[in-house]
Amino acid sequence: MKILVCISKTPDTTAKIAFTDNNTKFDESGVQWIINPYDEWYALVRAIELKEADASTVIHLVTVAGADADPIIRKALALGGDEAIRVNANSHDSFYIASQIADVAKQGGYDLVLTGKETIDYKGSSIGGMVAELLDQPFISLAAKLELAGTKATLTREIEGGEEICEAELPLVVSAQKGMAEARIPNMRGIMAARTKPLKVVEPVAADSLTTVSGFDLPPAKAGVTLVDPENVDELVRFLHEEAKAI
Amino acid sequence: MSVLIFIDAAEGQVKKSSLEALTYGAKISEQLGVAAEGVVLGNVTEDLAALGKYGVKKIHQVSNDALKNLDAQVYANVIAQVAQASGATVIVFSNSMDGKAIAPRLSARMKAGLVAGAVALPDTSNGFTVKKSVFSGKAFANISVATPVKIISLSPNAYKTVAGEGTAEVVAFSATVDTPKVKVTSVNKASGEVSLTEAEIVVSAGRGLKGPENWGMVEELAKLLHAATACSRPVADADWRPHNEHVGQTGFAIAPNLYIAIGISGAIQHLAGVNRSKVIVVINKDSEAPFFKAADYGIVGDAFEVVPKLIESIKKLKGVA
Ligand SMILES: Cc1cc2nc3c(=O)[nH]c(=O)nc-3n(C[C@H](O)[C@H](O)[C@H](O)COP(=O)(O)OP(=O)(O)OC[C@H]3O[C@@H](n4cnc5c(N)ncnc54)[C@H](O)[C@@H]3O)c2cc1C
Ligand SMILES: Nc1ncnc2c1ncn2[C@@H]1O[C@H](COP(=O)(O)O)[C@@H](O)[C@H]1O
Repeated sequence: MKILVCISKTPDTTAKIAFTDNNTKFDESGVQWIINPYDEWYALVRAIELKEADASTVIHLVTVAGADADPIIRKALALGGDEAIRVNANSHDSFYIASQIADVAKQGGYDLVLTGKETIDYKGSSIGGMVAELLDQPFISLAAKLELAGTKATLTREIEGGEEICEAELPLVVSAQKGMAEARIPNMRGIMAARTKPLKVVEPVAADSLTTVSGFDLPPAKAGVTLVDPENVDELVRFLHEEAKAI
Repeated sequence: MSVLIFIDAAEGQVKKSSLEALTYGAKISEQLGVAAEGVVLGNVTEDLAALGKYGVKKIHQVSNDALKNLDAQVYANVIAQVAQASGATVIVFSNSMDGKAIAPRLSARMKAGLVAGAVALPDTSNGFTVKKSVFSGKAFANISVATPVKIISLSPNAYKTVAGEGTAEVVAFSATVDTPKVKVTSVNKASGEVSLTEAEIVVSAGRGLKGPENWGMVEELAKLLHAATACSRPVADADWRPHNEHVGQTGFAIAPNLYIAIGISGAIQHLAGVNRSKVIVVINKDSEAPFFKAADYGIVGDAFEVVPKLIESIKKLKGVA
């Protein structure tokens, strides 16, 4: 069993969000990068669990990013990946990134490609579906459970207002979300081992970009809270009805 | 040429998020001076012609038993065929769970640039640029799409449904439908409840409520307001409430008209999922709770006293005993 886990970096949620160059560039100065939580907590940990259940499993990690992603890739290796591939490119276009991942996936011949549900910064929820299309494989989005028996995968996926259980044959692309695994922290042995695990840097293949980020806007500042006396709840209801027209 | 809107109705009923997508897509078609058309996959019982009141002139219906359940691969292939036939230059989805499964596949298939989670109409004054929310609601990004066909998936609750007059012509479209490779073995739906991501009003509570036995008043308030219920992450983690109620950075991101937060501190990871709500009401006994900074209205008080009063007051407003 060969699994490819897609790892992306994202600013820590507590990071200050600011822009430079006339609001066209995200200001990265002082930003702490973390592994995108969905990739780390769910996709990667589930892959590690599958390896624990079947020791012949091999886990490769892929990220499309510059060298500033190396620390987070090492952390992912410390959690349990066997080796990592970094495609040396910086892009915010989902199709470009997906094309790079699909190329790595084709060369490696994986049974399973796992992505996170979405990146918490740009929230495309797009890479998994695009990779699946480029590989001509089925795609199960927003999976909260994944079990394997031989070449058959059984998954629980979120649908509007509920969930659905489905089956598909490997190879397969799955986007992982809450429920799929329990977050872990790397232990000392993992951290030591990660230092010598291979981190291959490859140059990107030629691919199209379909979109570009032309600029950013900050949301208008909130006017501030209107406080209502707890003894006068009717006043809140009046505000919500007459002023905010929300009820 | 056309703007083609995906109407999500696989189980017989058209979803609210699809009505928003229809209204939004029809508006884009006016902007571009082309026709607005819809596409429906599966056997739908609802009166499709009536969807004309949202501005679509024509609806392509593909009926085939293989489309009963969602297999993104099969769906994307069929929608691509309809898009080609209708000469679509813009394809609109709702950024719902189904939209998230299909739109990226279609984008890769047609090499059509995708903007996932749009919050406003495209700006067509200089190219084609669509606004979306990024960095957990702390900013918006303007995404330019230069490909001949563009795909937009609209964030739920970001664009108001407007119904006017008109009926749509419903035409059967015969497409090549592949055999699904994903087999759905069971579907569990909480029926009758208001879906969290589509709800206009959401009543949410946190650890301040002390234990699951105290959720009765939250549910009563929600019912009274036809609202969905939500919760903070520790509440879901402790199994006080089901996991599909968890909102925030690692749960659902929602953007209702009104979000009522009861006994929730307002940690940044919680705000990440709710800060696009139009109006936020916070009820917390600690006047220093960070949530008040993000709130429009607030009450500093004990939830166990304030919420029952709020219920009574809303009953008075609505004239229910
Ligand atoms: C990487 C990461 C991701 C996370 N993702 C999420 C997420 O998606 N969603 C999320 O919610 N959290 C998330 N968290 C957790 C988040 O940081 C907070 O810990 C969590 O939101 C706190 O939940 P709470 O407000 O219910 O509880 P608390 O922080 O314990 O707050 C309880 C509040 O209730 C008030 N209170 C107590 N008694 C009463 C009373 N009788 N009446 C009125 N008010 C009362 C208190 O004053 C307090 O403000 C995440 C954390 C991390 C590190
Ligand atoms: N630059 C990247 N390199 C590797 N994987 C990525 C990258 N960007 C996104 N992904 C993966 O795709 C998932 C969905 O991302 P997105 O479609 O951007 O929301 C993430 O959770 C990651 O698993």
